[in-house]
Amino acid sequence: MVEISMTVNGKPVTAQVEPRTLLVTFLREHLGLTGTHVGCDTSQCGACNVHVNGMLAKSCTMLAVEADGAEIVTIEGMAAPDGTLGVIQQAFQDHHGLQCGFCTPGMVMSAAALLRENPDPSEEEIRAFLEGNLCRCTGYHNIVKAVRAAAEAMG
Amino acid sequence: MTVAVHKPHPHDSAPLHVSGKARYTDDIPAPAGTLHLAFGLSPAARGRIRRLDLAPVRAAEGVVAVLGADDLPRPVDLSPAHAGDEPLLATGTVHYLGQPLFLVVATSHLAARRAARLAGIDIAGEKPVLTIDDAIAAGTDLEPPLEWRKGDAEAAIAAAPHRVRGRIEVGGQEHFYLEGHAALALPLEDGGMEIHASTQHPTEIQHKVAEALGLPMSWVRVSVRRMGGGFGGKESQGSALAVACAIAAWKTGRPCRMRYDRDDDMIITGKRHEIRIDYEAGFDADGRLLGVRFAHFLRCGWSTDLSLPVADRAMLHADNAYHLPHVTIRSRRLRTNTQSNTAFRGFGGPQGMMGIERVIQHVAATLGKDPLEVRRVNLYRPMAAVAAGEAAQTTPYGQPVEDSIIDALVDRLAREARYAERRAAIARWNAGSPVIKRGIALTPVKFGISFTLTHLNQAGALVHLYQDGSIRINHGGTEMGQGLNMKVAQVAAEAFSVPVEAVRITTTDTARVPNTSATAASSGSDLNGMAVKAACETIRARLTRFLAERHQCPEEVVRFSEGRVHVGTNVLTLAEAARAAHEARISLSSTGFYATPKIHWDRTRGQGRPFFYFAYGAAVSEVAIDPLTGETRILRVDVLHDVGRSLNPAIDIGQIEGGFVQGAGWLTMEELAWDERGRLLTHAPSTYKIPVASDRPRIFNVALWDGENREPTIYRSKAVGEPPFMLAISVHQAIAEAVAAAAGVPFVALDAPATPERIALAVRNARAGENAP
Repeated sequence: MVEISMTVNGKPVTAQVEPRTLLVTFLREHLGLTGTHVGCDTSQCGACNVHVNGMLAKSCTMLAVEADGAEIVTIEGMAAPDGTLGVIQQAFQDHHGLQCGFCTPGMVMSAAALLRENPDPSEEEIRAFLEGNLCRCTGYHNIVKAVRAAAEAMG
Repeated sequence: MTVAVHKPHPHDSAPLHVSGKARYTDDIPAPAGTLHLAFGLSPAARGRIRRLDLAPVRAAEGVVAVLGADDLPRPVDLSPAHAGDEPLLATGTVHYLGQPLFLVVATSHLAARRAARLAGIDIAGEKPVLTIDDAIAAGTDLEPPLEWRKGDAEAAIAAAPHRVRGRIEVGGQEHFYLEGHAALALPLEDGGMEIHASTQHPTEIQHKVAEALGLPMSWVRVSVRRMGGGFGGKESQGSALAVACAIAAWKTGRPCRMRYDRDDDMIITGKRHEIRIDYEAGFDADGRLLGVRFAHFLRCGWSTDLSLPVADRAMLHADNAYHLPHVTIRSRRLRTNTQSNTAFRGFGGPQGMMGIERVIQHVAATLGKDPLEVRRVNLYRPMAAVAAGEAAQTTPYGQPVEDSIIDALVDRLAREARYAERRAAIARWNAGSPVIKRGIALTPVKFGISFTLTHLNQAGALVHLYQDGSIRINHGGTEMGQGLNMKVAQVAAEAFSVPVEAVRITTTDTARVPNTSATAASSGSDLNGMAVKAACETIRARLTRFLAERHQCPEEVVRFSEGRVHVGTNVLTLAEAARAAHEARISLSSTGFYATPKIHWDRTRGQGRPFFYFAYGAAVSEVAIDPLTGETRILRVDVLHDVGRSLNPAIDIGQIEGGFVQGAGWLTMEELAWDERGRLLTHAPSTYKIPVASDRPRIFNVALWDGENREPTIYRSKAVGEPPFMLAISVHQAIAEAVAAAAGVPFVALDAPATPERIALAVRNARAGENAP
């Protein structure tokens, strides 16, 4: 067992983990943050996306020990402390950018990363950026619309 | 004016989805001491188990128990058809590579999966039956071939001035619900079992768990709050996990949970049926179909599962939207040593339609006509003409088509999408483009709504009105992202004339609403909406009677409107009315029930009225291909789709967009491959490609047909889950047009999926004059 410490959604966390523990397993099973989903187990679907030191990361492809000392933000950290939804979250709701919702946390985390590096992306740029996030329900149309709307709202 | 229905409310769980609070089965916090399960899988596709040494598995770290078929309390058949050919764990022989052989119960998901790899397995292998050709040669039919006839197709074809014949092969499809299968079993103090599962069919899980444990169904409770996608893949395939968890929980006395890792999910569970269709058609100079013969061959996988009704529905959609005066449809359902193919959005319908759409394309090319012209002369007689006294034309199975709006719908779509103009422009563009070629196609959809097993067309509901005026609804349908719960909540809100926020949506639970059908066949809101409406109306009638008595007025003056209860000139809130009724000892809770009227069906004769009504739609797709690389782009799609009077236009449009893209994936990029041993090579998204954001059409216009269901469905809406999937056939047809243009021939027999490899080969072969039949 190894001791690790990190900040998750603004709160300091220290825990003993097996070295092979994946970051996603640590988040879901040790911290109970089940908004981060396991979709494909092989780092392709993006349902497990989180931010590690401000960078988008697939948490099923990273060990918890690699996140030692890092600042982690998960979907649970995207709303205001009083529960008010962030602009991107609100846009996904308003523009029907979800159906079953399983890919949604990863989509929101990707969208946030995109808008941080490119606050005014074109539709083409949104599509290209979201290639690492699979959705089986929506056909992506409303997801792209939601990200575009969020960019405008944050304008 | 309505207060709740016909409005674009967002998905009820949207605030939970976007904040990560929505709980899926594997997110449910489990009690301390919960155990985790994994299956040990067969490494061979067919053979006899000579030796299964589980000692190394038992000795592995974290393992609590290991169960083989002989360790089960009683034999377990998971077959949804009660065919007796789907044991939970293999008994004696194995039937596909990936079949569960034994069950590992361990302290963690990882420990269970690691231990599952350690068994000593010795199988006396036999040559597996993998392909349709293998199965035809081996004669592995699940049942004798089924044949339905209308008129005399053979004579009509022989007498026709023109004839075509050919073959189309259409591949299967992995569901790829983003949430893999998962279940959790909690043993209860009295020997009963509580199950949480990601399933479209809680009653079936309840039934199978009860059978496996030797308990009455009343001792087993199954709950489903939501699924992360289903698409038919969670209609029957979830039983294995739930039953395994229940047996392990019963054996150990501890809670047990299981989720398939994605690879396991793809290797263990069934998919859409692959089909081969041989066809022959006779037609006149206008392209009017005089006689058509189809022979269907479906790859069913190792067990019966839902293959018979799937294959039936393929036959039931062999006509799509076209009147076939003389037709014979023959169908063989072939057992193979592969995953058990199962329900998948459209349930065989898409496969059946691919046959007739190919026939139309072939006929048009033979006559040198625009395929749309040929489509138009064959469309079913319009509803208006039937209403004006002309005889309704009948389907190949004898159901009169009384509600066809497809001709007007196609006309409007062709006009609005400027089909003719763009087709001419594409021909000019192709003439000047040395490499890249474009194609355009318009295809219609007519999809039959109802389960073909008539008794499944029923639903129950339980509605409570609380004394503070709040409402809680329970129904038998399950939420898999399709927005069913919101639609049903809108129905309840409408009944009491309150805002939809006043209605509380609950987990689907077999203890609250029993004996439910699967949420499938696009029927969720049709059936459950009506059942909830019936329950609400019962409560409303009690309130009405009570208020009329109390206020000494006739019942007719009691009205529920604009969020208030009006009793003559008195105006009450629903809370005031409910409280008064409660104090007067009036029950504010009621069940509701609905059974679809008018339907009857004889599947062996292929005669009856299996469908309450038809849903219609059409799409125009324009594509570009690069014949050198085989790459495709969908440039533009225009859809016009009929959902009757939409219960929720936002949800319906979402279903249409999502269904279309999923259908386009099936026909263009999603390819399943097995090696010669029967190993599924495409067992993860690394090797199985579903559409991503950049694959969706560049221009994507979706509009709803402005009309209402002529049948008295829930607020005159129509079902929407499956029909839009088949709009994507237009993409495949447009690609075939582009391939023909690239090869400089009138017609190319293009199979599906039209992957880059298949497109490049089709162009090369057609140029070399090696076109299919």
